[in-house]
Amino acid sequence: MTENTFTIRNLKKIYGHGDTAVHALRGVDLDIPVGEFVVLLGASGSGKSTLLNIIGGLDRASEGTALFRDRELTTMSDSELTRYRRDHVGFVFQFYNLMPSLTARENVELVTEIARKPMDADTALALVGLAERADHFPAQLSGGEQQRVAIARAVAKQPEVLFCDEPTGALDSTTGRAVLKVLKEVNERLGATVLVVTHAASQAAMADRVIRFGDGQVIEVKVNETKLTPEQIEW
Amino acid sequence: MSPLSIKLGRDLWRIKGQAVAIALVVAVGVLLQVMQTGLVRSLDETRRAYYERYRLAEVFAPVTRAPVHAAVDLRKIDGVAAVETRVAGAAMVDLPGAAVPVRAQVASLPAQGAPRLNDVLLTDGRALSGERPDEILLLQSFARAHGLKPGDRISATMNGARHDFTVSGLAVSPEFIYTTAPGELVPDDRRFAVLWMTRTALEAAFDMDGAFNEALLSLSRGTEPDAVMAEVDRLLDRYGGTGAYHLDDLPSNKFVVEEISGIKRTSKTVPPVFMAVAAFLLYIVISRLVDAERKEIGLMKAFGYTSWEVGAHYLKMVLVIAVGGAVLGGVLGILAGRWMVDLYMLYYKFPFLLFRLDPSSFAIGFAVSVLAASAGGLLVLRRVFALTPAVAMRAAAPADYSRARPLGGWMGRVLDQPTRMVLRRLARQPLRMGGAIAGVGAATALGAAMASLLASYDTMVEMSFGVIDRSDVTVTFIHPIAEQSRHDLAAIPGVIEVEPIRVVNAVLRNGRHSYRGAVNGMTVAPRLYRAVDADMADIPIRADGIILSTGLARALDIQAGDRLTLDVREGRRPIVEVPVSGISESLIGSPAYMEIGALNRLLKEPLRISGAFLRVDPVRGDEVYRILKDRPMVAGVALKSESRAALRKMMDQGAGAMRYVMAVIAGVITFGVIYNAARVAQAERERDLAGLRVLGFTRGEVAFVLLGELAAVVVLAMPLGALGGYWLNLAISAGFSTDLYQIPASFGLTGFGQAMIVVLIAALLSGWLVKRDIDRTDLILALKNRE
Ligand SMILES: Nc1ncnc2c1ncn2[C@@H]1O[C@H](COP(=O)(O)OP(=O)(O)O)[C@@H](O)[C@H]1O
Ligand SMILES: [Mg+2]
Repeated sequence: MTENTFTIRNLKKIYGHGDTAVHALRGVDLDIPVGEFVVLLGASGSGKSTLLNIIGGLDRASEGTALFRDRELTTMSDSELTRYRRDHVGFVFQFYNLMPSLTARENVELVTEIARKPMDADTALALVGLAERADHFPAQLSGGEQQRVAIARAVAKQPEVLFCDEPTGALDSTTGRAVLKVLKEVNERLGATVLVVTHAASQAAMADRVIRFGDGQVIEVKVNETKLTPEQIEW
Repeated sequence: MSPLSIKLGRDLWRIKGQAVAIALVVAVGVLLQVMQTGLVRSLDETRRAYYERYRLAEVFAPVTRAPVHAAVDLRKIDGVAAVETRVAGAAMVDLPGAAVPVRAQVASLPAQGAPRLNDVLLTDGRALSGERPDEILLLQSFARAHGLKPGDRISATMNGARHDFTVSGLAVSPEFIYTTAPGELVPDDRRFAVLWMTRTALEAAFDMDGAFNEALLSLSRGTEPDAVMAEVDRLLDRYGGTGAYHLDDLPSNKFVVEEISGIKRTSKTVPPVFMAVAAFLLYIVISRLVDAERKEIGLMKAFGYTSWEVGAHYLKMVLVIAVGGAVLGGVLGILAGRWMVDLYMLYYKFPFLLFRLDPSSFAIGFAVSVLAASAGGLLVLRRVFALTPAVAMRAAAPADYSRARPLGGWMGRVLDQPTRMVLRRLARQPLRMGGAIAGVGAATALGAAMASLLASYDTMVEMSFGVIDRSDVTVTFIHPIAEQSRHDLAAIPGVIEVEPIRVVNAVLRNGRHSYRGAVNGMTVAPRLYRAVDADMADIPIRADGIILSTGLARALDIQAGDRLTLDVREGRRPIVEVPVSGISESLIGSPAYMEIGALNRLLKEPLRISGAFLRVDPVRGDEVYRILKDRPMVAGVALKSESRAALRKMMDQGAGAMRYVMAVIAGVITFGVIYNAARVAQAERERDLAGLRVLGFTRGEVAFVLLGELAAVVVLAMPLGALGGYWLNLAISAGFSTDLYQIPASFGLTGFGQAMIVVLIAALLSGWLVKRDIDRTDLILALKNRE
């Protein structure tokens, strides 16, 4: 039996209360095995980000359980969640979210500084092909480059899990492919479990596992027998 | 260096203008604190050391004429440590070329060795030899003011006879740190002298062979001076003792002490106001920064930074600004303190006065200012803690302007788009706008109060020398003389009007309150020197009661209608009760008035005058002075023009100079507040404004949105500033008032107008600085930076 990175049961998330309550997650059951490249598909507003935020330790569930390996996330205290994010998790966001006042290298160092067994910031930047741009500020980089810095920042701590919320959402397809290629490499070379949220259904073709989301629930889980390389994907 | 430290540095650099403005506000608070506590310590310690080293007496007992052996009895009084006797008196120094003779005090020194009490410090030349009776020591400040050196000769009139002297040396004394001619309040080095002569010479000059007319006493530790003074009075009564008084009532000491407590008073009221303003500014700036960095904060938390680590990052920013300001303030405070010490040395004749930093109060001031400044930052930290890391994942929601929707209606037709944006913002963020208005209002209040204070000093001089005292010359006699002498004065060619006065030294008591001063006996409806009420209308002088000045009434805690005990300290020394018949406005000194005839009757010395106010034909002024100084009974001639000039000079150079320091500080704060308001508004709206530019609005129109907001804040802050200024002026003028002079609280349009000018200049300058930045804004960057 393969070990799971995440074991999720009946996970619910309700924003607000009463008439205005929004049921973002309506009982999610999922198993995500270690080391897989997982793609989450689904319409806007279907709850993908909400799920990612909860299992990434950024937000709290309203109900249900979510195990990271054998540790229960939903009952963790704030400081335990902070530790969890610090030690195990990397994030990549749609809008890069680099610190504008820090250079590319310094943005990466922001994370390596507090990580347990980080790689060198320059190594991480080399991994995403940006070794030469280490001293540039975010404002001096293109969108794709900024996103690659964000990935370098996320992988530099050598996380066990990498969460990417629409990493290619703001990029054209050529740039997006380069980003996906880096994510795939991280998945293969570091053995990290990678969860990618995307709108582009075609990107599912490169995943080990595809999870289709709709209205706060898992509609379908598909395991790909054959996978395409990022270069082969069109969107 | 850690990336967070780097971010800290770059963020600080980005808000450097604001950081500097806030640091300056913190700095001025610390500056005042350091300067004032340092001054208090310097003056206090120097005074104590000086008194101790030169053995200044604790009790002074003037007497008409006591035989030398009377001192033996004084020494036997319980608690008396040492007794010295001397011959002292008044003199007039004639200087070639000076129209008016200079009033002087003379005191004897033992022929051999140092006196047991009230020693002097020889600064130039040599001590009195004891063999030559024509040798004198001269007060250093007087000698310097007239260019007199050891070896020079001067002549002086004492006890009606003229003597020639050789200056053997110059000296200073703890008894004469603050030197004024008797009856005057402001020191003028040129117009007051102290002469020290050998006992033998003075005994001869004042017919005091084998006698003394002043006893000096020091007390052993823990002795109650009142008991000793009562015993001294009892022993000296038969020799014509006029009442022993304590060092506390020695004029020189009184002024020094009053000065020190004045500084203490202002140091307790003013710096805290500045600290509060600084804390408020820091709160505004840091909270705006935290709002703008919601995403960054969420991001750091998402990476696993704890709330504490993130909070510490922003707190460090506050601390860098606060500590930077405090350090700067400390340095400036030391410099300002040294400068003030130099000014003090002009009026307070200490042989040395070093600015001594008070380490404990410096530490406290430093800590308090940093804490106060951080308090603003700490409030903001709550928000850092409350932010969830999930914020990093969301795009910021557009600000909700729905509350301002009604503006769209009729106003839409009247107002253009940029004007409506200004109004909407005022309506939508009333709290934040309210904060800005409160800040600018506070700064305006501070400026207006300070400007009014500056004007109050002028009012004080004008009222005292233009309205209350309308004479040209004040003549003082050696001792009270017959009332008819006024006709002799009136007969001097050039004298237009003579108004007699009888000044009687007395202790005024009301219950446990007492004040050592004098009662002025005046005619019923005086014209040259008047008692006036708050509206500057004459108060008739009464025979059936005493009129007290406001300062005196306050000191005695007494009101019109109450009864006052008058303990007369001359002549037969009667103790009588008199009713208080009125309170008069007075800005200089603390006088009391009574009808001259009634006063003389109390003393059982009818028809006596001790001086006169004269109105003089300005053309014949010099002639009048020459005649006056040759009259044997005349002890002193004071020109009002000189007194007025001296008072002005002292207020500008001495203690009053502090008001200029504070006015500058108020200006700094005003600028700091307004510049911050402008910067905060700009930072909050950077993207909106760039958006407007992209849509095709011109730079001018875009700037209008921002500057219009600033203008609206300034206008709305005006009434607040006026109200606050009024109250602050009351508090500050009370703080600046001393025993010597009262600063009238006079909050007026002029002061407010001046403050508004400063505010407008600050607003224009800030607006210009901000507009320059808007013009330079890279549109692409502004839109791209904060996604
Ligand atoms: N902080 C929030 N408050 C209220 N509703 C929210 C919040 N965040 C997300 N939602 C709602 O939850 C639902 C799921 O959102 P999200 O997980 O962001 O969807 P997705 O990422 O799949 O587009 C949406 O209807 C959204 O409006
Ligand atoms: Mg989403």
